[in-house]
Amino acid sequence: MHHLQVEAIANGTVIDHIPAGKGLKIIHRLQLKHKDIRLTIGLNLPSNAMQHKDLIKINDLQLTPEKAAEFALFAPDATINVISHYRVTQKYRMQKPEQLRGLFQCPNTNCITRFEPIASWFAVKQADNQLKLRCQYCERSFSEDLFQ
Amino acid sequence: MANSLLNLDLVSISDLNKTQILSILARAEQLKRQPQPNLLRGKVIASCFFEASTRTRLSFETAVQRLGGQLIGFADANNTSGKKGETLSDSIQMISRYADALIMRHPREGAARLAAEISRVPVINGGDGANQHPSQTLLDLFSIFECRGQLEGVKVAFVGDLKYGRTVHSLAQALALFGAQLFFVAPSSLGMPDYLIEELNEKNIKWQRLDSLEQAIDSAEFLYMTRIQKERLDPTEYMHIASQYILRAQHLEQASPKLRVLHPLPRVDEIQPEVDQMPQAYYFQQAENGLYARQALLSLILGATEE
Repeated sequence: MHHLQVEAIANGTVIDHIPAGKGLKIIHRLQLKHKDIRLTIGLNLPSNAMQHKDLIKINDLQLTPEKAAEFALFAPDATINVISHYRVTQKYRMQKPEQLRGLFQCPNTNCITRFEPIASWFAVKQADNQLKLRCQYCERSFSEDLFQ
Repeated sequence: MANSLLNLDLVSISDLNKTQILSILARAEQLKRQPQPNLLRGKVIASCFFEASTRTRLSFETAVQRLGGQLIGFADANNTSGKKGETLSDSIQMISRYADALIMRHPREGAARLAAEISRVPVINGGDGANQHPSQTLLDLFSIFECRGQLEGVKVAFVGDLKYGRTVHSLAQALALFGAQLFFVAPSSLGMPDYLIEELNEKNIKWQRLDSLEQAIDSAEFLYMTRIQKERLDPTEYMHIASQYILRAQHLEQASPKLRVLHPLPRVDEIQPEVDQMPQAYYFQQAENGLYARQALLSLILGATEE
């Protein structure tokens, strides 16, 4: 059994089973939305299932499945643990989002979202083994790799 | 029957279902046969061309005038507040408070979808960058419908630049609703994009790549020619390749007299002028049909009924 070398949190969310190397991407997104958020991160932790994984503990922010789904591109198989008073009160697998709004810039350099004060908006579709993001404005589809 | 096109925004051809497309074609046929000079009387249509256009703008504006509507607008973004730094969003907020409908062309992809979100009145996309041009697709469909009496199972060969041509993409998507059989004749570097091929496969549409213009003439009822732009290929490749996609009168001498040649225009040299005299040439009638397809679209979206 592996002992994780990070402290338990009283209230918040633990995102576990993040593919090694993707934790910092999620941290970056979290910090863009929550400037003063307190985070603890473990990188390249040993994992039975994944060999190596990243793990993030977020203090005082309880992620709903919809909010957590924003990180599905980086950690499609993550486990989300919601913590209240040091106890896991909810545990769920990452869900695939149907839409992503305002998270990523459209890769099409001639898309109107790059020139107007509006949020980007993608519909998310599963195609074979990967996700495709279709811009709701310029109607182009992009593979998930372009956003990682 | 209720008019499901009333107050609809038309941004992409995929905004329309089969029934809506057929109702536009039926109305276009009526208006071609029997002009309705007062159908849009009292309506003000904004024609907002943030990018220059010849056929689309003139045919939309003629359509409004032939139906008795009034026009406001501009033919060039240099004459707008955009030049002073106004956002498109603000321009649309303002224009949509003046007019009953807005026809718009813009150089950026997605501009028409954004305008439709903001506008209080219906928005008709007259082309947004390389993305969509749905009224062109409607006039293409109307031309096929007019020649053949129906769209079901039509055999269409697309020739030329199938990678970048938005008219080809939208028409192929629309024809897929009608179980069409499609043929593609293009240089390997300018073939149909993968995402479109996937869409056709998902809908079980029969399609085939052909090696030559001659094969396409033998296989299809309609030959949809497009222009190969020089800048898409390196100069040597262009010299070798482009000539294989030029339609000449001799190609059509042995062809079925029922074959029809379509082209979204403008053409450069991919259809030689001598073809204009052949019975199969239909591209100028097709351009004229833009007038009726756009009249039909405007009258249905604005809920204008015959007197």
